[in-house]
Amino acid sequence: MAQDVAIIGIGLHPFGRHDTLTGRAQGAIALRAALKDAGIGWDSIGIAYGGSHDAGNADALCNDLGLTGLPFVNVANGCATGGSALASAVAAIRSGTAEFAVAVGFDKHPRGAFNPHPRDWGLPDWYGETGLMLTTQFFALKTRRYMHEHGISEESLVRVAQRAFRNGALNPTAWRRREMSYEEIAESMPVNLPLRQYMFCNPAEGGAALVLCPADVAKRYHPKPIIVKAAVVRTRHHGSFEVFSPALAAKQAPAPTVTASRAAFEQAGVGPRDIDVLQLQDTDSGSEIIHMAENGFCEHGEQERLLRDGETEIGGRLPINTDGGCLANGEPIGASGLRQVIEICTQLRQEAGARQVPGNPRLGYTHVYGAPGVSGVTILQR
Amino acid sequence: MPHPVLAGPDLVRFEGDTPHLVGSRCDECGEVYFPAADSCTRCTATRMSPQDLGSRGTLWSWTIQGFMPKAPYNSGETPESFRPYGVGYVEMASGIKVESRLTIADESQLTIGMPLELTLIPYRTTDDGEIHTFAFRPATSA
Repeated sequence: MAQDVAIIGIGLHPFGRHDTLTGRAQGAIALRAALKDAGIGWDSIGIAYGGSHDAGNADALCNDLGLTGLPFVNVANGCATGGSALASAVAAIRSGTAEFAVAVGFDKHPRGAFNPHPRDWGLPDWYGETGLMLTTQFFALKTRRYMHEHGISEESLVRVAQRAFRNGALNPTAWRRREMSYEEIAESMPVNLPLRQYMFCNPAEGGAALVLCPADVAKRYHPKPIIVKAAVVRTRHHGSFEVFSPALAAKQAPAPTVTASRAAFEQAGVGPRDIDVLQLQDTDSGSEIIHMAENGFCEHGEQERLLRDGETEIGGRLPINTDGGCLANGEPIGASGLRQVIEICTQLRQEAGARQVPGNPRLGYTHVYGAPGVSGVTILQR
Repeated sequence: MPHPVLAGPDLVRFEGDTPHLVGSRCDECGEVYFPAADSCTRCTATRMSPQDLGSRGTLWSWTIQGFMPKAPYNSGETPESFRPYGVGYVEMASGIKVESRLTIADESQLTIGMPLELTLIPYRTTDDGEIHTFAFRPATSA
């Protein structure tokens, strides 16, 4: 049996806009905070995995932290970069490659929507030139079809965004910290209908880092280590409906989120009903709704009732995105998946302050989704 | 009359003046692709043949592009002259859903399941004339 792995250090540089800091500087701040939380030095780290989409190579952090000769692997898996870095770090410790590992991510994006180039994704030029290669379009098209098939109303899209900003207002490191009224969201600018301006997250800046070690020694370094029960990454299958698809196959297949989630629950030996607090990728309101079911937390179509009855609120049965998610924090691609994990660690340590879920949360869950169809899921235990 | 110049010249063939979308079909398992693919992501085969996808379909999902995309979008519009455009997945006879521009960008006129037909629309102008791309419009006849 492979040994359990624990998170003994978490560090976050607040998300948002930081005009005087590079992306890498934000990553270095997060990494130093994580090392301090774990009470160990950078020279103890045996392996590191990190990623940044727009702010340089993550291994350049060695220029800030120290040139210790460690293996530092740059990770690039779209918005699932953080989840992929963490899964790699966990595997390295399980295999005995290192005693201490780091997963780190940071980013700093230009304003406005991402503008991918077709050739980087194995696609022809016309697909981008004629205005079809936009992530916001994909999310809208998938959401529209999902709403049609499963009876989800536009009211639910608004409720997801409202809760995100409500939770963000309670989170000192969130970017968007202002609650918004139903009307403000429902009447905001149509970006890609049915999705409107305040139903989309924005590219942003920030840094996030984790320090990990074998679970059996974790208490020497942190009084409240968080056990990684599962850290799984899966890519798309033939027939799944993914971003950057000029066409979809006649026969549909489940999303990579479905297979990643199932594998993670199997690895952890628990089920969706055991989870006390969770983070789902909410690049937009529609995606969070779809991800609720794809991760096994409800039946398709049940989201409408769960959202209306407040079950996904901090005090509800299924608290989702207690830190405000991507909608309130923004999306620095390299850091985003690790922010999710940090929020769950904070909740399981009972250190989330005004946004702490009540009771005594023992099990948490994170899910990140990135282009061109990569899902990363973790299950974390106090 | 000569056929319009297309941003993706291999995507369309003409029967008379009627454009048809062209993809490919896996010789091993029969899976259909658009645009034409060199290999099959269903069965990993590499023998593919051209496949006419036809010119008619039904709207499977849709959105309206409400802001002007950054490059590589190259319509020549400015943020001031930009006009929102419709985008959809159109289900063709074989069951494949093709992502396409729509000639309609009015939410009151778009419904999942509505019948559509292929057309070619100018999307930018160069010194040599207009460049077209494929798009779907409401079907005019049964």
